[in-house]
Amino acid sequence: MSALAGTGGLVRMALRRDRILLPVWLILLIAIAAGTAKSTISLYKTPGSRLAAAENINHTLGLVALDGRIYDVRSIGAIAMVKMSGFGSILVAILAIVLVLRHTRAEEETGRLELIGSAVVGRRAPLTAALLVAVGANVVLGVVTALALIGTKLPVGGSLAFGIAWTGVGLAFAGVAAVAAQVASSGRAASATAYTALGVFYVLRAVGDTASSTGPQWLRWLSPIGWEQQVRAYAGNRWWVLLITAAFTVVVMSGSYVLVVHRDLGSGLVPDRPGPKAGAGWLRTPLALAWRLQRASLLGWTAGLALLGLVIGSIASTSSSFLSSHGAREIVLRLGGEKGLSDAFLAAELSVLGVIVSAYGIQAAMRLRSEEASERAEPILATGTSRISWALSHFVIAILGSTVILAVTGLAAGLMYGGRVGNLGRAGGVIAGALVQLPAVWVLVGIVMLAFGLAPRLTVAGWAALGACVLLGELGPILKLKQWVTDISPYAHVPRLPGSSVQPASLVVLTVLAAMLTVAGLIGFRRRAIG
Amino acid sequence: MTTAISVTALVKSFGRTRALDGLNLEVATGEVHGFLGPNGAGKTTTLRILLGLMHKDAGEARLLGHDPWQDAVTLHRRLAYVPGDVNLWPNLSGGEVIDLLGRLRGGLNPQRRAMLLERFELDPTKKGRAYSKGNRQKVALIAALASDVELLLLDEPTSGLDPLMEAQFRDCIDEERKGGRTVLLSSHILSEVEALCDRVTIIRKGATVQTGTLADLRQLTRTAVTAELAAAPPDGLSDLPGVHDLQVEGARVHCQVDTVSINDLLIRLTQLGIRTLTSQPPTLEDMFLREYGEEPADEVGSTADQDAAKTAKTGKGQAAEKEAMSR
Repeated sequence: MSALAGTGGLVRMALRRDRILLPVWLILLIAIAAGTAKSTISLYKTPGSRLAAAENINHTLGLVALDGRIYDVRSIGAIAMVKMSGFGSILVAILAIVLVLRHTRAEEETGRLELIGSAVVGRRAPLTAALLVAVGANVVLGVVTALALIGTKLPVGGSLAFGIAWTGVGLAFAGVAAVAAQVASSGRAASATAYTALGVFYVLRAVGDTASSTGPQWLRWLSPIGWEQQVRAYAGNRWWVLLITAAFTVVVMSGSYVLVVHRDLGSGLVPDRPGPKAGAGWLRTPLALAWRLQRASLLGWTAGLALLGLVIGSIASTSSSFLSSHGAREIVLRLGGEKGLSDAFLAAELSVLGVIVSAYGIQAAMRLRSEEASERAEPILATGTSRISWALSHFVIAILGSTVILAVTGLAAGLMYGGRVGNLGRAGGVIAGALVQLPAVWVLVGIVMLAFGLAPRLTVAGWAALGACVLLGELGPILKLKQWVTDISPYAHVPRLPGSSVQPASLVVLTVLAAMLTVAGLIGFRRRAIG
Repeated sequence: MTTAISVTALVKSFGRTRALDGLNLEVATGEVHGFLGPNGAGKTTTLRILLGLMHKDAGEARLLGHDPWQDAVTLHRRLAYVPGDVNLWPNLSGGEVIDLLGRLRGGLNPQRRAMLLERFELDPTKKGRAYSKGNRQKVALIAALASDVELLLLDEPTSGLDPLMEAQFRDCIDEERKGGRTVLLSSHILSEVEALCDRVTIIRKGATVQTGTLADLRQLTRTAVTAELAAAPPDGLSDLPGVHDLQVEGARVHCQVDTVSINDLLIRLTQLGIRTLTSQPPTLEDMFLREYGEEPADEVGSTADQDAAKTAKTGKGQAAEKEAMSR
């Protein structure tokens, strides 16, 4: 038991550190689930309208790829919770990953865990404490969500199944994060590993859900998010699927325990190679340093999203078979034939891509704050480097990096789609559809720059802004928000390409707005104290 | 004598805490100046204002004749700074960081870089996350010492260095002095300051309490004198001005004497006939402890005596400041 000594104290400390983050995130998730349920129930009052809505979702390739299928078109619960099973599961997974990494690798990185490790704290105690917090949070999340859903008059059995399925997603990704924390060589690498796993699991499910009956539908069974959906809450409540999640959780969590005793504090299982004796000739400007610090991350993002682009392009090319397999030719015709269907799907996927690339842009620009907070900016700013040129260095990486990622991903999706349908000319529209996301991405980067310049402690506002924009876009229609409210999100002004026309004005306005936010941030940064 | 750093009546507050409260600091070009003070006295805050990383609330600060906030970038090309806590990029090697910092300052002397790497026994291929605190400190020191700059601002540069490396550091600073570079050395390692610095400034709670050469400061404190005399009991000592804590054991006499009065004491002792004599000049540590209110253990005399010492000290502190300003 000595390996676990001190766990209780660490749990209390973790809860104290998370006293704001944890309740806010839980309340948000529960409120979104209950709110969605309530508004869906009032939106579709008649059995006929429910059936039509469900059929429509199941026949829209983009929606199935994003959120999954509705397994009982007559169940209002299944209709209401389809978005919570897809998009909502991602939020649950992110919370689990954040919680586990925050109290393991991130703590090691700062050296605080070393201080704690020297006290009466066992070798496995920090990991155990982090997992206990994550498990506890997800159990609370599942139970309260189930109660809240029952409160909205959804069936009790389905509500319980949905709540527990959410808990399952959280536990599975807590385990994934725990393994990532042991394997990677740094905190940054650990979170990259965990989020990549989340992306891969999500894509596996999406590919499985959109495959034709002869295609690789089994892929959805390789993903914790797939399992969450295969519980089929409100549509049969297949409780046994939860056993798969439970088994997976046990395996990854025990794996992390085996790994934790095999590595030293602060290092990963993959050992460090020695670096160069001297700086390369080009390493002589702040921008070169920013590139040196961020190039691995940019390469990883580009490669990962290019693969996603290939998947998107491939799914888009199957849109006609997807529909015919469900016998809905009239929908095909109504939406403008096979091309119209593919276009709608591509436009929807590319707008999700815009959000994902915004996450890249935000974290690339937020590097400014983490460099400052870790006192690595100070020695640079004490050389002949002006504040503006230093601040612009990471900003330029964020802007150009997001451009490169979107261009490469658009190209991959476009070529795959064009090649599969035998018309490479269609690739152009897909690439354009990816690139029009850029102004919205830049606005988010601009928000980070503004916060960094004026209120550096609030630089995380970048993530909050992204979260708010995504929620506005995802839930605005369901919650019947006013148009001007949903229009706050920059993504609402991005043309949906391919398949519609471009309004250059809105793109120009977004770009100018991003520039203004950035300039205001830079002016603020030039005036304020460092540190 | 030209002035490299000139700070007068500097004030900086963080919320309700007054970190700097009328601080004065004068560093002449070409000198190694010790900047002494206990933890939290305001040393780092002063340096950060001098680097233009932070605004001052009031007062005057000039660095190499310029305003450190307005002309930060041009000034920074002429100086090198070593922070007290060196944090390196986890995935950059030490060699990369040394070259980067040197180039950003406008140039690095490759021979000096190689020589310093050898002297400090630093492996430049290790990644930032693999270095110990002392080795991280060495990376920043080598980058600073190998740069072609005229002013070095060092914030507790030897924290984390082992004694051998500390000796190397002292040699390096000695060479810098000979090479004509100006060094501001913030520290609380008194032996280091005593060995290296031409002049020192002692601060406390954000204000300067003493400044001057070590000899000047010694003038302001007391020398410990122990003598064995020919005649016992010795008389006429206790009423000598400037003599404190007199202890007499037969023919042995032990006392503290204000350094300005040492001549009078010796004349009197010679009259009494000296057999043996040891006199211990005040160490910086004595001065330092005295400034911060804790008298050295062997000096605990009567309360009246201490009060007298305090009054004397305040007067002298002001005298020292006046002296510094008249330079």
